[in-house]
Amino acid sequence: MRDIIESLSRALFLILNLDGELRDIILLSLRVSGSALLVASAAGLPVAVIMAFGRFPLRGLFVNILNTFMGLPPVVVGLFAYLLLSRSGPLGFLALLYTPTAMIIAQAILALPIVASLSHSALVSVDPIITQAATTLGATPFQVSMAVIREARYGIMSGIMAAFGRVMAEVGAILIVGGNIAGYTRVMTTTIALETDRGNFTLALALGIILLALSMMITLVLNGIRKKERVEPQR
Amino acid sequence: MRLSVSHISKAYHGNMVLEDCSWSFDREGVHVLMGPNGSGKSTLLRICSLLEKPDRGGIAFFSGQERLEDDMALKRRMTLVLPQVGIFNSSVFDNAAFGLRIRGMARREVERRCSEMLSLARLADKRFQRAVTLSSGEKQRLGIARALVIEPEMLFLDEPTASIDEANTRIIEEIILEKRHGMSIIMTTHDRAQAERLADQLLALRNGRIAGED
Repeated sequence: MRDIIESLSRALFLILNLDGELRDIILLSLRVSGSALLVASAAGLPVAVIMAFGRFPLRGLFVNILNTFMGLPPVVVGLFAYLLLSRSGPLGFLALLYTPTAMIIAQAILALPIVASLSHSALVSVDPIITQAATTLGATPFQVSMAVIREARYGIMSGIMAAFGRVMAEVGAILIVGGNIAGYTRVMTTTIALETDRGNFTLALALGIILLALSMMITLVLNGIRKKERVEPQR
Repeated sequence: MRLSVSHISKAYHGNMVLEDCSWSFDREGVHVLMGPNGSGKSTLLRICSLLEKPDRGGIAFFSGQERLEDDMALKRRMTLVLPQVGIFNSSVFDNAAFGLRIRGMARREVERRCSEMLSLARLADKRFQRAVTLSSGEKQRLGIARALVIEPEMLFLDEPTASIDEANTRIIEEIILEKRHGMSIIMTTHDRAQAERLADQLLALRNGRIAGED
């Protein structure tokens, strides 16, 4: 028990002093996960819009596949990305394995179905009366779609934040494709795993506290978004 | 603008709602359609406002003697206010401005028209409020203001006062009476007294047809 308290107090000291190594790890984590989220949003939102407004065969099947992919195991994504990026893989010539870019690709694959699926849900749950109201006011089909997207904005933002929470906390995929190289591809979650193995709980605990604080911030933002989304009852 | 309804029929799931319905709306002013529930009043308005197509027959719009093409330009000369208005989750002003912004109108003109119409609908003091937090009656008033800012030549109102209180009903009736000149307003209502207060032409819909002036 005394060891835990001692490690905890040292961890707090590290956080308060914003230790250089700690800071670099946090910044790399935010850069990798933030970039992955940007890529996933740029690709996932159009997918959600096509699924919501498009009329094409097997659309229901595609939606089901998208929903299933929300629960992709990170290690499987890591393995898939590794096979793609390894020297003998189809993208091996890019020499991206064990780089932050490889980690971004793996996390983007993880985040994309979450962004697309939750955004799709938000879009299809917009009251059809909104579509009719926009149409009767003279909106073109494109303007109607934009009005629906605007109505679903809080749901879409919730999806993006949920995806951010998922990629920030994952370890399996980035460990496989990033290699956990100190000062280069070592992020918060992989550092916690490594330092715990080594018995160096101080850094692991410091990063754990920061990760928890980030999760809490994401939850607060999500709650704020949901509060805005909620429609007050009619008087 | 003149609207001619020719022999239209419409059925939902085998249930005939409109059957060989014809009429010509060729005067400005308020045309009030009355009829029992399920008589096809809303369906007729949805077809006339080009939101739905009839199963048989057709409608045509005329400007003078010229028949107008069924295109976006025609759709933008009219609007329908639905019973559940369909309020956007944005401010009262942004709701009012929607129809003008999608037409690419200049900001100053948007501001002028919306301010004027929100004042008429007695919503000027709520212009920055989130529209979804308005009461049912205020939402209905906003729906009508949002339709009127685009200055339609033909305005369809489907049961505009069906589920609101007397005070809001009075405001909406005042708006309709003030705006009746220079446009055709075709509205449905259950309220006989209201119909008589507002109508320049009172019509009855029976057995899926406009049975003539009531």
